[in-house]
Amino acid sequence: MSTTELAAHEVPKVAIELSVNGKRYRREVEPRELLVQFLREELRLTGTHIGCDTTYCGACTVLLNGEPVKSCTVLAVQADGGEVLTVEGLEQDGQLHPLQAAFSEHHGLQCGYCTPGMLMSAYALLERNPKPSRKEIRKGIQGNVCRCTGYHNIFEAIEAAAAAMRKE
Amino acid sequence: MYPAPFRYHRAESVAEAIGMLSELGEGARALAGGQSLLVLLKIRFDEPTDLVDLARIPGLDAIEQRDGEVRIGALATHARIARSEIAAAIPIVRDCANGIADNQVRSRGTIGGNLCSGDPSCDWPALLTTLDAQVHCEGPAGKRSLPVDGFVEDLYATALQEGEIVTGVSFALPGPGSAGAYVGFKRCAPAYPTTSVGVQLTLSGADCVDARIALGSSGLTPIHATAAEAELRGQTLGEAVIRRAAEAAVAASDPIDDQRGSPAFKRRLIDTLVRRGIDVARRRCAGEQVEVSHEYY
Ligand SMILES: Cc1cc2nc3c(=O)[nH]c(=O)nc-3n(C[C@H](O)[C@H](O)[C@H](O)COP(=O)(O)OP(=O)(O)OC[C@H]3O[C@@H](n4cnc5c(N)ncnc54)[C@H](O)[C@@H]3O)c2cc1C
Ligand code: FES
Ligand code: FES
Repeated sequence: MSTTELAAHEVPKVAIELSVNGKRYRREVEPRELLVQFLREELRLTGTHIGCDTTYCGACTVLLNGEPVKSCTVLAVQADGGEVLTVEGLEQDGQLHPLQAAFSEHHGLQCGYCTPGMLMSAYALLERNPKPSRKEIRKGIQGNVCRCTGYHNIFEAIEAAAAAMRKE
Repeated sequence: MYPAPFRYHRAESVAEAIGMLSELGEGARALAGGQSLLVLLKIRFDEPTDLVDLARIPGLDAIEQRDGEVRIGALATHARIARSEIAAAIPIVRDCANGIADNQVRSRGTIGGNLCSGDPSCDWPALLTTLDAQVHCEGPAGKRSLPVDGFVEDLYATALQEGEIVTGVSFALPGPGSAGAYVGFKRCAPAYPTTSVGVQLTLSGADCVDARIALGSSGLTPIHATAAEAELRGQTLGEAVIRRAAEAAVAASDPIDDQRGSPAFKRRLIDTLVRRGIDVARRRCAGEQVEVSHEYY
């Protein structure tokens, strides 16, 4: 433990510039501001959820420079210069992304709290592996907890989306 | 909860990082992937005055193999190591890199941060002990290299001096007839292992020429199970020899009672994992392709 406690106003803000869903933003942030707070509170992109305090649940998953990360455990300053994709960035021209359509079609959610994170982990999986096996899908969403569905319909939805994206 | 306020500094070179950490003193912490540190800051377990971000230092994330030696930069993430040619060539490295946490944590967490956390539940210290690795450090007093065995000195305490950072690790490329396995058991993907075991064998037929065994999450530091190795070295691998090695590993362990299990449960697990590690290492020595990683429910 350190001895000197700092008050927030004693700490200089840091200028950051990053792209979120293809749009560039320049902001001054407190060093301790988490990426998830930046997205939700600064940019009002509230699709990304916070489900825990322990970096366990994955509800806050976004892509940072193409890789899935828990945005509750990344500082906004660490994302400086980066490219972020959130659940709001999945739809194109008012059309649901095939993953979103498949989650809806296959009832891949109940309360929906985990869904944004599930979608982003599934998106990251399909980017690397367009035809995942059931086991690979399980591994792909290993960092996302769902308290409602029992996962079965989530697997179905991801499989269906993968097939749709391969245009089968 | 959110971290208490701190100042943020971005180091552009190793020298600058060492300078910043030395100057800022006791209240400063290095920041790599943040997957251990930010978790602690969020629950206010630690309230540093300053964070020195190492993540943009060029070249510190290289993964390379040269003259029979593998060198991994401190900033290499678990995910990049798992996808590297080194992991393809040395399955025990892949076992460990893929077994750590989940996809998201592996995207950010680094091998250097994993070592420097001094967390007995971390996997790289045990894996690197199994491979007899060196830790390369740089600080105000210059560069030095230390054996990884003993680098984690106590719970959350490492051999690093003030202002000193880890720049990378290195180990000898396992030779012909040598192969290993890293096996762990955890309650779910995002959890730390209940216990984990690394085994590296050098065999000539069924005869064990050399063995290294290390245990993670089995005490307050990673444990180099030398007595278990001695049970295997020079022996023909049979049931009785393997049983004695597993017993010696269990005897060397000192598991704590926590939410992951009782010491008695963990000892049973260590016994099983040592046997499994030996089995997989032996099959890999014989050229068989075996996929293992941390198991969970
Ligand atoms: C949900 C969850 C599950 C996890 N499960 C596992 C698991 O199963 N197995 C496992 O091994 N790990 C696990 N981890 C930990 C994870 O692997 C971390 O990535 C790792 O321990 C720390 O690496 P980092 O780069 O994030 O370091 P940071 O969090 O940035 O830093 C950790 C500590 O090391 C210091 N530090 C960092 N880099 C250096 C350096 N180069 N030189 C000197 N000091 C440095 C920092 O000051 C800090 O004290 C888990 C983490 C989470 C959040
Ligand atoms: S909010 Fe739970 S992991 Fe980020
Ligand atoms: S749908 Fe409720 S948590 Fe997943």
